[in-house]
Amino acid sequence: MREFLAECKNAVLDGDRERAVGLAVRAIDDGIEVLDVIEQGFAVGIREAGDRWEKGEYFLPELAFSAESMKAAMETLRPALIESGGKGRSKGTVVIGTVQGDIHDIGKMLVATMLAANGYEIVDLGADVAHDRFVSEVKNQQPDLLCMSALLTTTMMGQKTIIDMLSEAGIRNSVKVLIGGAPATETWASDIGADGYADNAVAAVHKADEILS
Amino acid sequence: MPDRRKRRLSILSPQDVEQIINEAIQTLEEIGVYVENDTAIELLDGSGAKVSDDRKRVFISAELCDRCVESAPSSFSLFNREGDEVASIGGEMVIFDPGSAAISVYDFAKKQIRKPNTKDAIEFVALTDQLPSYAAQSTGIVPNDVPDSLADRYRLFLSLVYGSKPVITGTFEKDAFGVMLSMLIACRGGTDALAAKPLAIFDCCPSPPLMWSDLTCQALIDCARNGVPAETVSMPLSGATAPVTITGSLVQHTAESLSGLVIHQLANPGAPIVYGGAPAIFDMRKATTPLGAVETMMIDIAYAQIGKTLGLPVHAYMGLSDAKLPDYQAGFETAMGATLAALAGVNIVSGPGMLNFVSCQSLEKLVLDHEICAMTHRLIDGIAFRETTAGFDALKDFADSASRSFMTTEHTRRFFRDEVYYPSDVVDRGTQGDWEQGGSTRASERAHAKVRELLDNPELSLADDDLIGELEAIITADAKNFGVHELPDWRVLLTK
Repeated sequence: MREFLAECKNAVLDGDRERAVGLAVRAIDDGIEVLDVIEQGFAVGIREAGDRWEKGEYFLPELAFSAESMKAAMETLRPALIESGGKGRSKGTVVIGTVQGDIHDIGKMLVATMLAANGYEIVDLGADVAHDRFVSEVKNQQPDLLCMSALLTTTMMGQKTIIDMLSEAGIRNSVKVLIGGAPATETWASDIGADGYADNAVAAVHKADEILS
Repeated sequence: MPDRRKRRLSILSPQDVEQIINEAIQTLEEIGVYVENDTAIELLDGSGAKVSDDRKRVFISAELCDRCVESAPSSFSLFNREGDEVASIGGEMVIFDPGSAAISVYDFAKKQIRKPNTKDAIEFVALTDQLPSYAAQSTGIVPNDVPDSLADRYRLFLSLVYGSKPVITGTFEKDAFGVMLSMLIACRGGTDALAAKPLAIFDCCPSPPLMWSDLTCQALIDCARNGVPAETVSMPLSGATAPVTITGSLVQHTAESLSGLVIHQLANPGAPIVYGGAPAIFDMRKATTPLGAVETMMIDIAYAQIGKTLGLPVHAYMGLSDAKLPDYQAGFETAMGATLAALAGVNIVSGPGMLNFVSCQSLEKLVLDHEICAMTHRLIDGIAFRETTAGFDALKDFADSASRSFMTTEHTRRFFRDEVYYPSDVVDRGTQGDWEQGGSTRASERAHAKVRELLDNPELSLADDDLIGELEAIITADAKNFGVHELPDWRVLLTK
């Protein structure tokens, strides 16, 4: 069993999607407790990938491959997970997108993948998302967390506008707001009334865990 | 270490090169060179050169020059202290070593230029040893806590105890060569073994204009006879000790280098020799010799081209600066020089760490320059065609896949580490947030932190105890000749 869990961990760490999915299938076939496979296997791998990235050992493509492998394994395990106990133990729902006027998608995509790999339910609105769409998605999806990315100093104002619009709509307090993107800073986050700021995908996971706990 | 074979820069046309060489030979034939060393005069006299009646001036014919250029090897290999090959010197291979021989250091903590001591020299060796883009070390710091006349051999002693890399060095006194040679032989076990696997190169500098002093002639001859590589370092100063024009300085450089080569090859045909130099323009406002001037660099890469045309390994003092501390000027002058040198195919580039007209070493600059050298190596490694198609297949695979970014393609994962050189944290490529969290530092401050990191817990390549014992016996015996009965504490880093 310990060996099997180590294999799960390594498949994610190596960013080997096929191996990760294969192990997930084997776990279901062999009737292994799904939650254990995730928490003591795959999740250990994605956490270590994040640690390695923070230490400068892993670079973005390696982190992205690990996150993709984790996500794929989770998708395979999801039906069994729901069967075994409720909603699949999501840590929370996240609505994420890049603000209007900004087509930059890569950083946001990586944040979404890392959040998904770490057990969050993701609603990805994509890039160049209209301000009122963020507001309506918050109304409809009732997420725990709203993540907004902006790469340009010209578009980062949108992050402020959307938070103001959420307040006007009376739903600002129903959701936590996390902002990111190259020009964003801790100071900017507090200036515009966001709940937090993260400047990379691993930090975003830490921050999400922190403000939702 | 990868072989770096493509030269990408020629500053002179083939006709220019030919004219300069022809005028240099005309200079040697008609004006001649002053030679202050009797052995050299005898060698020249016996080989068909014309010697003046006062036996001070020698006229060298085109035929003699040709013969000696012909006998000099086009390349040779350098080996580390353990006898492993480090690099082949010649062709289009480019290696960097720190600039030599500084008589001061920039003390970063105290923010001042001061005289260096034994500990500074040891730290310099230990740092160089830990920075992989420097293939060779140099006896780059002249410690002030021993007499000047002992310093040449003493700094080689420290280099061999604390560092494994081959050494670019030189003599200050005529009798130093024997002592330094015995240290090198101690590392190899014999004269033949040393000649078979060279561990050091000796700089031999003519005195401009057109003179070879007793000391440097002797060094050339000693090197040749022992099979120890020599490096001629002609240093015309345009407008002061050489014609003010770049072409005039080049003719003088060529004549001085060729005459040195002739003396060397007559002493032992086929012995390894490097066509080097340290020319500079002369600043007519400040009366200084800026190595960071663009014209100095133009002279450098031009004589390098001439040396390569003659089929010789070449060296230059490039990748250094005249700034007094590691600042913006230090960075741009160093980067320009290192990049030009590499593109011009200079085989040995000596300069990193150096400030203030080749007089001052800075450990922080040595760490910063290391990034310049690493990037320069990446530059001349060139653009690789890694697959059958240059990019079509990658685009096609992407279009056919579900990937939304190239970051998550197999193609990226396969090649991204090889395509890009990732510098150490000394180079800031982080976000504004990273920078602020790190204390909003400038590059020299980050370099200082790196210096402390590498020296507080160094990974030293110490010589083994027996060798240290032998080297110590040689230096202590010699030191007594200078009235030094106890050396400064040279064991200071041994216990780390």
